[in-house]
Amino acid sequence: MKKGYFGDFGGQFVAELLIPPLRELEHALETIVPSPEFQAEFSALLRDYVGRKSPLTHCPTLSKELGFNLWLKREDLNHTGSHKINNTLGQALLTKYMGKPAMLTETGAGMNGVATATAARALDLDCIVFMGATDVARQSHNVRRMQLLGAEIVPVQNGTKTLKDAINEALRYWIAEQRTHHYCFGTAAGPHPFPTLVREFQSVVGREAREQILEKTGELPYAVVACVGGGSNAIGAFHAFVPDESVRLVGVEAAGTGEPGCYNSAPLNLGSRGVLHGQMTMLLQDEDGQILPSHSVAAGLDYPGVGPEHAHLHDSGRAHYGTVNDAQALKAFMTLTRSEGIMPALESSHAVAWVLENRDRIPKGANVIVNLSGRGDKDMDIIEEHLGAQPVHGRKG
Amino acid sequence: MTTSKLTERIRKANAAGRKALIPFIPGGFPDLEQFWTHLEALDAGGADIIEVGVPFSDPCADGPVVEKASIQALEAGVSLKWLLNGLKARAGRFQAELVLMGYLNPFLQYGFEKLAEDAAAAGVSGFIIPDLPLDEDAPYRAVLQGKGMALVPLVGLNTDLERMKAYAAVAKGYVYVVSVLGTTGARESFPAELADALARAREAFDLPIALGFGIKEPAQLEVFGDSIDAVIFGSALITHIRETGSAKAFMARWA
Repeated sequence: MKKGYFGDFGGQFVAELLIPPLRELEHALETIVPSPEFQAEFSALLRDYVGRKSPLTHCPTLSKELGFNLWLKREDLNHTGSHKINNTLGQALLTKYMGKPAMLTETGAGMNGVATATAARALDLDCIVFMGATDVARQSHNVRRMQLLGAEIVPVQNGTKTLKDAINEALRYWIAEQRTHHYCFGTAAGPHPFPTLVREFQSVVGREAREQILEKTGELPYAVVACVGGGSNAIGAFHAFVPDESVRLVGVEAAGTGEPGCYNSAPLNLGSRGVLHGQMTMLLQDEDGQILPSHSVAAGLDYPGVGPEHAHLHDSGRAHYGTVNDAQALKAFMTLTRSEGIMPALESSHAVAWVLENRDRIPKGANVIVNLSGRGDKDMDIIEEHLGAQPVHGRKG
Repeated sequence: MTTSKLTERIRKANAAGRKALIPFIPGGFPDLEQFWTHLEALDAGGADIIEVGVPFSDPCADGPVVEKASIQALEAGVSLKWLLNGLKARAGRFQAELVLMGYLNPFLQYGFEKLAEDAAAAGVSGFIIPDLPLDEDAPYRAVLQGKGMALVPLVGLNTDLERMKAYAAVAKGYVYVVSVLGTTGARESFPAELADALARAREAFDLPIALGFGIKEPAQLEVFGDSIDAVIFGSALITHIRETGSAKAFMARWA
């Protein structure tokens, strides 16, 4: 397989001016990241700062109703509330080792921005965050959090003013500031080596989950289910299970409103091959190769592309990718909240919804792990907007 | 290996004692009709090569002026197909050589074999694809060169000699030296290390050297002397067209 590729997908489709910093990063991934010194420091940060291991929680009420065992990998319990902190701390530590004083990043919902700003603060690095102007307006709470953490926020006014435009602007800034700034890419996408680097830092999720389920049930799970935007939480959850051929890997893309012709965030199911943000992958695009806007009620899934390793897992058939629409995700949010007292992020709600919607395809007594990538506190405004008119029910909902 | 028409054209200008002039204009800017008027004005105004942009929704190596112009052209309804058809209908009418400059994805979706065929029929002499570096370009370069078209490399302040030599082994046409570590857009001055980059390019390449990014006035070029053979201007031209509605006066400055 060509270096930097997963099957036909991946590569380094960037301006020549970005090749030197990508080479530098590739070298760091090969030499610094595997070193015992780096690994020891990273493990200590995950344990003492993030709060790992995150638990694998059994859902008694829902499991009884579904007829199989639903387990949640609790990335929502991490410091800053999502899986993002695993990657940003890893990259912040790498930035230190590379001798750079600052990080830049992009953010959609704001979770990667908050996690990067946090990691930068923890390791005494400067931090600048690019965020689409639309997202700045709809995620004001996270913008405030980043500002409190000392990060500089740059609202991006170009294009659709969302995540993809924030990535464009971050890439531009990186061209100019590559000597002092590391680009802390927020998901397992982008030019090589980012998809591999981010997977490296997120694979702790699947490693822990694999150990935990074996410990609790004595066997490998029937399936591991995770939502897919760029795909970092999913690749992290899947990676340790890829060699276990009996384990079904299920990625869940956002179908948006689900109406025909409406925007979605499901490039693996509804897109086609193309090049964006430095990678050959599956994209939402028109016949002229212009990138289409994406949509999801979950801002973290709102991206017209997907990490190249997912495109390969999809292409090769090792993983299955389904879709869930906004309404199904909102319903799953309520179901999990009322059944187990766990409020999932709207992104993670897509993964929960896939299990609920596909319950008849899962054997009785099976063990299913859902990666609960983040918590729903950040989504209260959106939840209330969509479900606010619903009557408040009692304990049994 | 035959010499590219692009190389010949720049050498010819140099032999006449001047730098070759390479304006850049996004296809379909500012709208589908005026674009052709401006293209003809650039041609009549003394352009040696015209870089015609193929607008893309996500031009992440471009600055705000080019991005805004590209989005405006997309909103006006431009597509690669429209551009190639329009050029084909006017094939042979331009004095200048034509180069298409655009991001990879629209070219990919058009299909590279068909692209090479249609571009050749439209009188295009070469391509510049900013998100297609050396490591990825081999299959695409082969298709374009098979139809006699050059794939022009971009190099910059942070491109070392070894890498320039690797480009030199396969490149045709001219070398596009990016004057700054940054995106497109007019600037007041150039970094001191540019002289070193130009010296490396001269050592590595047998091709003419064209300087681009940040250039708006002929006076800016005086410091470069013989270290460059051609000059590329885009953002300043776009701004001029926006302000005056004409490309003609801009070209007159350089003649």
